[in-house]
Amino acid sequence: MDAWDLLSYAAWAVSALLFIWMLADAWGVGRNFDEDFLLSSREGEE
Amino acid sequence: MSEATTAAGSASGQPTRIALLKVLGPVHVWALGVGIVLVGEFMGWNFSVGKGGAYGSLIACWVVGLLYTCVAMIDSEVTSTVAAAGGQYTQAKHIVGPLMAFNVGLYLVMAYTMLEAGDALVVGDLMKAVAGELGHADLDPRPFVVLSIALLAWLNYRGVFMTLTVNFVITAAAFLAIVILFVGVSPWEPAKVLLHKDLLVDLPYGWIGVIAAMQFAMWYYLGIEGTCQAAEEVRSAGRSIPLGTMSGMITLLIAASLTWYVAAGLMPWEYLGQAITPLYDAAKLTGSGTLQVILFVGTIFSAIASANGCINDASRAWFSMGRDRYLPTWFGAVHPRYRTPYRAILFLIPIAVVFAFQAPLDQVISFSILSGLLGYTFMSFNMMKFRKQWPLGSIKRGYVHPFHPLPAIVLLVLCIATYFATFLGYGATLVAVMAFYILASAWFVFHRYKFVRRGDQFTMPWPRPKGY
Repeated sequence: MDAWDLLSYAAWAVSALLFIWMLADAWGVGRNFDEDFLLSSREGEE
Repeated sequence: MSEATTAAGSASGQPTRIALLKVLGPVHVWALGVGIVLVGEFMGWNFSVGKGGAYGSLIACWVVGLLYTCVAMIDSEVTSTVAAAGGQYTQAKHIVGPLMAFNVGLYLVMAYTMLEAGDALVVGDLMKAVAGELGHADLDPRPFVVLSIALLAWLNYRGVFMTLTVNFVITAAAFLAIVILFVGVSPWEPAKVLLHKDLLVDLPYGWIGVIAAMQFAMWYYLGIEGTCQAAEEVRSAGRSIPLGTMSGMITLLIAASLTWYVAAGLMPWEYLGQAITPLYDAAKLTGSGTLQVILFVGTIFSAIASANGCINDASRAWFSMGRDRYLPTWFGAVHPRYRTPYRAILFLIPIAVVFAFQAPLDQVISFSILSGLLGYTFMSFNMMKFRKQWPLGSIKRGYVHPFHPLPAIVLLVLCIATYFATFLGYGATLVAVMAFYILASAWFVFHRYKFVRRGDQFTMPWPRPKGY
């Protein structure tokens, strides 16, 4: 196993961590905020 | 606007309304538009040389440049009044109708998500090439493809300001790489490095070759229309969108001309027409190690900037369609802290990964280009209708494009010519793309349209259209 193999594994690991972080954050937002509030954005409103 | 948009405060103290953050300026709009496109200067445009020869490619480059100038002018005017995420989708919703809007929204999502997949594949292939040159043959590019998508999606998830500031830096660096290469080949001494006199020949396949080259000449500019997606997040849409889009178009016309001039002066058209990384190859041919490194970095940066902009744009289009119930409303959520369309960003990640791993690159890119072309065709009709229904003076416009209806007519004629060019090279893909959108339209009409609240569609503070 050389540096490129390690780099490949690191790329998989970092990708997985980023996906997990985003999923966990999205799940946390869904739990902590009211759905109507999250969907309250209106087009054209300042 | 630094805090969440509020109506009356709720009992819990939480604001009752949330919106995307208005923090962007013209520089970010430039970075979004040019960032998506510039990778086409580093690779892809040169297939037009294979179709029409070097001169044919240059003619196609300028003719298609005219097509995109029309796109930029039309987009700048309409978006300076329809200042909402979704860009052309929102324009279609206001000016044409729901079915057109659904189709345009889908064109946008498909064009950008597929382009993002193509960009990520390029990053993976470049990593594989570097590993090969450093003695590690057969590096698996997939982890680097996934990492590119994951990292850029994460950046987009965390906020639009940082996303497009990063895009500005790497796009500017990639553009600078092209300028450095141009200076590096001493264009003021024509026969020293550049050999145009020896390498340029007449049109090898005649004028039909020039028309066929138009499909690939789109790579020089494909995606500049993406600037419209930032309309809801710019501080002043009337100023930033026209300024960012038009300056972006000027940048691309300069970059395209420099790219052609350098590459056509270093490589015979037979080689250039099938090269994978023509600008990097050009740097190699100069014999300068420094230029080689600069162009390699430029190529990687351009691919990353393109994927980054594509994630931004596809998610805004998807988010807008969710917000209007063209898709499940769940996608219309805004992150309370980062103020981004976080669910749309998350949802499109696996789709981009699937495109990257399951579909052949040339088919993915052809689908992306054709989706873009369908969008441009819509713009020509849209502009005619827009000026007819809301003539000058009836609503406030941040920008008024000159010579109407000439740009809309020129755009339509050039779109028809480019469909013909695509038919010559990718007839089956053209038919498949049309079939896909017809099926999607049927799904929308027979299944999804019943969820759309027709009364809520029109959100701009405009008077009734003329003749209503």
